[in-house]
Amino acid sequence: MATTGKVTGIVSNLVTVQVDGPVAENELCQVYWGDTPLLAEVIKVNGDKASVQVFESTRGVQGGDKVEFLGRMLEVTLGPGLLSGIYDGLENNLATMESVFLKRGEYTAALDNTKKWAFKPLAAPGDKVSAASWLGEVQEGWLPHKIMVPFSFQGEYTVQSVAPEGEYTIDDTMAVLRNEEGEEIPVTMTQKWPVKIAVKAYREKPRPQKIMETGVRVIDSFNPIAEGGTGFIPGPFGCGKTVLQHAIAKQGEADVIVMAACGERANEVVEIFTEFPELVDPHTGRKLMERTTIICNTSNMPVAAREASVYTAMTICEYYRAMGLRCLLLADSTSRWAQALREMSNRLEELPGSDAFPVDLSATISNFYARAGMVILNNGERGAVTFIGTVSPAGGNLKEPVTESTKKAARCFYALEQNRADQKRYPAVNPIDSYSKYLEYPEICEWLNSRIEEGWVDNVLKAKNYVRRGREMADQINILGDDGVPVSYHEAYWKSELIDYAFLQQDAFDSVDALCPMERQKFMLDLLLDICGRDFQFDDFEKCRAFFKDLINDLRQMNYSEWGSEDFRAYQETISKKLAENGK
Amino acid sequence: MANKAYQRTYTQLSAITKATISLGASHVTNEELAVVDGKLAQVVKTRGNDVTLQVFSGTEGIPTNAEVSFLGTPPTLKVSEQLAGRFFNAYGHPIDGGPEVEGEERETGGPSVNPYKRRQPSELIPTGIAGIDLNNTLVTGQKIPFFADPDQPYNRVMADVALRADVDKIILGGMGLSNDDYLYFRQQFEAAGALDRIVCFINTTENPPVERLLVPDMALTAAEYFAVDKNEKVLVLLTDMTLYADALCIVSNRMDQIPSKDSMPGSLYSDLAKIYEKAVQLPTGGSITIIAVTTLNDGDITHAIPDNTGYITEGQLFLRADSDSGCTIVDPFRSLSRLKQLVQGKKTREDHSQVMNAGVRLYADAKNAKSKLENGFDLSDYDLRCIDYAKEYATRLLSIEVNIRIEEMLDIAWELFAKYFTPAETGIKQALMDKYGKWQ
Repeated sequence: MATTGKVTGIVSNLVTVQVDGPVAENELCQVYWGDTPLLAEVIKVNGDKASVQVFESTRGVQGGDKVEFLGRMLEVTLGPGLLSGIYDGLENNLATMESVFLKRGEYTAALDNTKKWAFKPLAAPGDKVSAASWLGEVQEGWLPHKIMVPFSFQGEYTVQSVAPEGEYTIDDTMAVLRNEEGEEIPVTMTQKWPVKIAVKAYREKPRPQKIMETGVRVIDSFNPIAEGGTGFIPGPFGCGKTVLQHAIAKQGEADVIVMAACGERANEVVEIFTEFPELVDPHTGRKLMERTTIICNTSNMPVAAREASVYTAMTICEYYRAMGLRCLLLADSTSRWAQALREMSNRLEELPGSDAFPVDLSATISNFYARAGMVILNNGERGAVTFIGTVSPAGGNLKEPVTESTKKAARCFYALEQNRADQKRYPAVNPIDSYSKYLEYPEICEWLNSRIEEGWVDNVLKAKNYVRRGREMADQINILGDDGVPVSYHEAYWKSELIDYAFLQQDAFDSVDALCPMERQKFMLDLLLDICGRDFQFDDFEKCRAFFKDLINDLRQMNYSEWGSEDFRAYQETISKKLAENGK
Repeated sequence: MANKAYQRTYTQLSAITKATISLGASHVTNEELAVVDGKLAQVVKTRGNDVTLQVFSGTEGIPTNAEVSFLGTPPTLKVSEQLAGRFFNAYGHPIDGGPEVEGEERETGGPSVNPYKRRQPSELIPTGIAGIDLNNTLVTGQKIPFFADPDQPYNRVMADVALRADVDKIILGGMGLSNDDYLYFRQQFEAAGALDRIVCFINTTENPPVERLLVPDMALTAAEYFAVDKNEKVLVLLTDMTLYADALCIVSNRMDQIPSKDSMPGSLYSDLAKIYEKAVQLPTGGSITIIAVTTLNDGDITHAIPDNTGYITEGQLFLRADSDSGCTIVDPFRSLSRLKQLVQGKKTREDHSQVMNAGVRLYADAKNAKSKLENGFDLSDYDLRCIDYAKEYATRLLSIEVNIRIEEMLDIAWELFAKYFTPAETGIKQALMDKYGKWQ
């Protein structure tokens, strides 16, 4: 007999329910607004009073209204067909909803149950299997989508039968398993999993061992993110967070991209599903949309579903990771999620932490970031979830709880800077303050040195140091004036500008410059270090400035030219000539 | 409504604050309206039989034995073509002496548009102001505020923009508008002969502050009627959103909510987003564009209100008094229209974005030259040319007094480039310079 209850209190989307039986923390329930059930989640229980957050507007709900508890937590349906989908935070398919306006209480199925998928068995009768074992595969776009033993199955099973090769819908029985008690259990192409619980059906989660290329120089070379790593991008509004994130989504070296638009502008989501079907994935030549899933809870959609949206997105990534695929999760922005937590905590009248955020904010964020990672599956294959979140710090001030909590959890930090954005130096990632902890991992350094070139990591650190020195010199020049410092100060400053203009800055809207492969990054960095290593001995600072400005222009033109093209080589020659004339 | 209640009347209040009252009542639905001692109120909290209502016009003079009758519905607005040309108060009642509007009764503050049903905005809204059209082009379906100090003529600029924009309806939501400004808008609309395409919902400083909370929802419900039902291009003007946020702050404070940054309610972001995200481009051709005003305190954009707004809106427009030209200009550095690249060079001339970038970059060089001058360093010939250019650029293009077509703006920019700079100094693509450049 399911537990039921009656509404006794309402403040915005927090509803208090008097219950007549047992309820679980995070259990789902339906609050009836007339005949329409509104989905809600238990967030606190006190005696026979449960506080539930409703995922929809509670307008019109009244004291005494009926509530039915569902005996399960918030789950998502996992199966073939998730890619190229656009869902809300609760995994309702937005594309199949009919009306222009989102209707309260309208829930749509995540997957199409009429579509036929070509199935190929991978397991045979008699095989011993457990949760996440591969039973067969279907082709989803260009990805082999594994049909697995549901993650929720505990213990060992024996395969009784597997469907033969053929076309099936997601609800057909693909295999029958027998458990240790001898019961027979049918398995379809889909399974359900509670979003707030991490999928742990893998053998181990080792430290990451390689980097994930994004084609963005300031990330790949200066602050690389590991495959299965975590990173975050804080920045005030108007600094290019969205452009940078979209660049990573378009170019990231991953099989599956999940974008969680969490409390952000609806027009940005529109941009993704308008442009991605046209854009081509540089790694496979297929349409970008084929490997992309969008989870969107835009800023005007119900606040409580915002929290669910990031968990839903993460669960989908974990699902594809279990197939041995590399997934990239981008969440924009985790601050809005934190604000949703704050609104709820506030209505629950909990004692607030700093800036009125709940005191467990930091723990919640760390737990979430910890779900990313590279894993070795039970069958020895590897899969990864790389996670990059953005943070929107209030007033652009990085000393606020969400940024500080995230800094403790994420391994890469890409600080967007107002000052750089004002000067149109995009991407506005501050080269000094930003960091990647992965450059301290011996296994990653070794991988970079063997993959790119011997001594690569040292070169990167050297380049960083030129930039740092240049900044110090710029301060001196600003205080003492152009004439008040030795010419060598100007030389050091312009060397840093050279690295800034020709390497750190990158035009995300230029068809060539937007994507810079590792080989090209290596070439450019070597060239720049060669220039910076020279001692020029200019007669005065005007000559120094003119020389470097000229050189910067040539290098930028080079960035805009096709790799290895005639133009490219022509600029390269011009540069060598100019260096030969001036360098010593 | 799911279950419409009888009109129930109570006469025993248990608590009164400056903005809210509480009483024991049953069968009260969340967010429904009630009349308290003749004043309109809305349910904001239910706890057992204890119901708290926010009283829009303030609780002054309400006695503990006041009559409270519940109306059974949330705030609604009657929508039809009759809305056009009318002036209403925050409750949607006429203040122009005309009859009540007849039409379908719609709940205000309703659900949002399914993101999947939106289209990418792609239609330009010309305003004649070069600081906007040239540098920060507006697009239908966009939401953008003016960030302005109280002494700047933002209401004037907004009225100009509205009247010059090629739209079917202009809906003004005035919150805490001074009576003088209200009359100014009214007179401007009348003088332009535009009354038939105007709808106004006005809360002036003479009205109680909490009433303002109703205004954006009223204005946007009317906007949705014209955009969704009638496929019209609607421009919504909201002034001043800072005063709206202040009213939110008052109510949350009276409800003993824990304040977050700058004593604003923790839900400020969601509250503002609910309004701004109503801006939409629909596939049927209808659209809602929102231009708002957020007044700043001495240019401080880190305050919670402008800060949250900036994260929601698609850019912002800054007004600034410019000493060079002696006029108010649209600041090219701090202003931004995030959607401009959707129309620049696509719906406008091909040289648009290059000319815009060159113009602003040279203006930035002039700023550097000026600070050199202030610090007592010598100026080069280039610096001096930049300073002269900046003055003419501000007067002929950035000033809000300018009212010309976009092609003219581009031509003036080319003219200035030729007058003060060499082709190489502008850094524009050679092909465009050959085609449009005005060098001899």
